[in-house]
Amino acid sequence: MNEFFEAVVQHRFMLNALLTGILASVACGVVGTYVVTRRITYLAGGIAHSVLGGMGVAYYLAQVHDFKSIHPMHGAVAAALLAAVLIGLVSLRAKQREDTVIGALWAIGMAVGIIFISATPGYNENLMSYLFGNILLVSSGDLWLIAGLDVLVVAVGLLFYNQFLAVCFDEEFARVRGINIEFYYLLLLCLTALTVVILVTVVGIVMVIALLTLPAAVAGHFSKTLWQTMLLATFCSVLFTVFGLGISYSPNLPSGATIIVVAGAAYLGVAISARLAKVRRS
Amino acid sequence: MKYEAVIAIEGLTFRYNGVPVLEDVNLTINQKEFVWVVGPNGGGKTTLLKLMLGLLKPVRGIVRVFGRSPGKARPRVGYMPQYVRLDPQFPVDVMDIVLMGRLGNGVQWGPRRRQDKEAAVQALREVGLWEKHGRSFSTLSGGQQRRLLIARALACEPDLLLLDEPTANLDLAVEQELFELLRILNQRLTIVMVSHDPAFVSQFVERVVCVNRKVAVHPTSEMEEEIMNELYGRRVRMVRHDQYNANGRCV
Repeated sequence: MNEFFEAVVQHRFMLNALLTGILASVACGVVGTYVVTRRITYLAGGIAHSVLGGMGVAYYLAQVHDFKSIHPMHGAVAAALLAAVLIGLVSLRAKQREDTVIGALWAIGMAVGIIFISATPGYNENLMSYLFGNILLVSSGDLWLIAGLDVLVVAVGLLFYNQFLAVCFDEEFARVRGINIEFYYLLLLCLTALTVVILVTVVGIVMVIALLTLPAAVAGHFSKTLWQTMLLATFCSVLFTVFGLGISYSPNLPSGATIIVVAGAAYLGVAISARLAKVRRS
Repeated sequence: MKYEAVIAIEGLTFRYNGVPVLEDVNLTINQKEFVWVVGPNGGGKTTLLKLMLGLLKPVRGIVRVFGRSPGKARPRVGYMPQYVRLDPQFPVDVMDIVLMGRLGNGVQWGPRRRQDKEAAVQALREVGLWEKHGRSFSTLSGGQQRRLLIARALACEPDLLLLDEPTANLDLAVEQELFELLRILNQRLTIVMVSHDPAFVSQFVERVVCVNRKVAVHPTSEMEEEIMNELYGRRVRMVRHDQYNANGRCV
């Protein structure tokens, strides 16, 4: 760990990695809490995987057609928002076939991404970093984009806190109180989409779901209210990312995977001790 | 002032994916009535309630609540949806839940307004949960959770309460307490309550609405007390279907 903190001071890329982890944790704490309580983890998974389609197309356009201003992150934002709206409309309109359609979008998004990436000449080591994340490759430009998305997601997520709380807890009651359920549901999915894009840079598409939900799941065990869960989830997420980065540094382990293992271990630990405490009480 | 029914339903038919759920329903509910809606599962009780709320639209017929369309009448209606749909582990405290009843009243972001807090406190006092206002939802007992959801409906400052299975999964003593609360609320509010309880209804319900695709309305009458005390350990009334239906069945 000491070596890691020395590296943060010495190397710009390590500082960027640390800042990315902290920024991502804030969005993750706020939006992850909504995702866990509203139980839309599977929808978030669909959105996360369709992001690859957008990244692949953007990467292809930039390399083959020389659109130098297009960055894979731009493609990711566009694909995530498109997937969020599509999945949201499907889940609102076609209740029975919801999981089938989400599964299809999940796979189609990935397929499109893989086709475009393989059609792009050159070594495709990028595919691996999209799928499994590479927080050590975050440039200062990426960091600004992440910071911008972070501010947007957290601001909207907190501005409509009362509405989101009501919709997540009891949708039917909220509807009777005149809350536009469909609007807030789609808005929540769009926030989830942007959070997914931020987290993809940290742990990659495949492992996003774990980082989105585990901190909120751990925090839920210790919180009385939704905002406490958000604060605690943010704190847990910072802890997981910093600790994961730290222990992955010296042995040169993949950082994304290490972060997820740390988060998963913490979640299992908390879940098991909560279970044991309950057994002992009764 | 012209006398006006709280709920007036005429010739209502509702189908779900072409399957008839309710057929030719006529029902009038007057001010400060306490009406119990009973019937088998899948008989259309909850559907009837949702039509009263405007959450569903009838295929045929008219629903009027306070003389207006159900959607427009919602500000005057306090609603308690089915409890079983809620996540018992949801991280939310008592005050937050009651304040949900204040949504849809003007400003919707920023700090809570004073009048919203006052209405929430008043609602909590009315159901006897004020001292629990800082507790989390998951630490409340089943009966307290039900009373909290009634408080949330009261925070809307309604003239009509629509309750969907408020007593499901409660033991008799707690159920009785809840009815006592509803009886007091009934002094100022019209109450329509859905329950799949059998035909034994507690003593203060005025009318029973039986829903099983069709709707029949019955008055309640006292039954021999000793038998019921033995069976239920409390005073109950029995619904007299025979008076209104030749084959003695609730249709």
